[in-house]
Amino acid sequence: MTETALQRLTERARDEGLLDVAYTTADSPFGPLLLASTRKGLVRVGLPNQDADALLVDLADRVSPRVLEAPAELDEARRELDLYFERKLDHFELPLDWRLSDGFQLRVQKAIARIPYGETRNYTEMATRAGNERAVRAAGTACGRNPLPLVVPCHRVLRSGGGLGGYGGGIEMKRGLLELEGVLDHR
Amino acid sequence: MSKLPPFQLLIDEHATEVMAVLRGAVGREGAEDAFQETFLAALRAYPKLHDSGNLRGWLLTIAHRKAIDHHRAKGRRPLPVAEVRETPVEDPLPDDGVWAAVGALPPKQRAAVTLRYASDLPHAEIAAALGCSPEAARRSLHEGLKRLRKELA
Repeated sequence: MTETALQRLTERARDEGLLDVAYTTADSPFGPLLLASTRKGLVRVGLPNQDADALLVDLADRVSPRVLEAPAELDEARRELDLYFERKLDHFELPLDWRLSDGFQLRVQKAIARIPYGETRNYTEMATRAGNERAVRAAGTACGRNPLPLVVPCHRVLRSGGGLGGYGGGIEMKRGLLELEGVLDHR
Repeated sequence: MSKLPPFQLLIDEHATEVMAVLRGAVGREGAEDAFQETFLAALRAYPKLHDSGNLRGWLLTIAHRKAIDHHRAKGRRPLPVAEVRETPVEDPLPDDGVWAAVGALPPKQRAAVTLRYASDLPHAEIAAALGCSPEAARRSLHEGLKRLRKELA
């Protein structure tokens, strides 16, 4: 099987409108990321410790089974993430597809997307921003279910007492990202 | 109904075999086009597929329809018999002249033989792929094998 035959297939699929979910893997200082997009924008970011195959199965189920590996479709996402890891970008501009979230979780995640680079918030603040200050636990769940980590910076949400709280990519990665942004000192 | 896996998995798991079968069915030259047509047709139909139980058989069925389309488009001209194989490494089919002889069979016989022996499909699925009755599929297979035996004797 030649690479060009497969590449041509992906290109034709895209040109004929048959590419519903494009994905690729991208290097990061924390390990390989899974990036997936629809025609609307980035739809899913998988962190290094997450099972990429399982994420793709989930996308096939919830978005469309027309899932193809198509690195070129994710050039912009990869470019912005590379710059972010090099501390040359503090604000993502690539289009996002929010279809994997709805309701209160979506409101929380959109509020997270507005937390500026290098700043942190706590779960209570996020619950308030999303319109229900008592739903702190639900706000925590919404952070945990963020389909677009890094780009929607849920690592900037900490526990009210100052503890780091959890992170889908593991607590070491959360610490590393906060160090990268200068929120935490390097140890 | 089981869930449909990401389409990329079908490509990863079956592209090599589909290509090999198409090379057997339409020759090396037409195989790449037929390969593209096969997977695009599959991708088009995929979200509405009801049964994800036998995706390999489904793909091979489409592949053989595309092989037949290819032969129709070529006005059923016979293809050149022997091909010089330049890159044998990625082709899982045995290459002892048998497949060259298969390539020289008339389209239906060739398709029947490849489906049976390269893809291991039962008669009923061969019939479905060729759009004929199981009896006719059996006959094409029989005629094809008879001819091969004579050619290779």
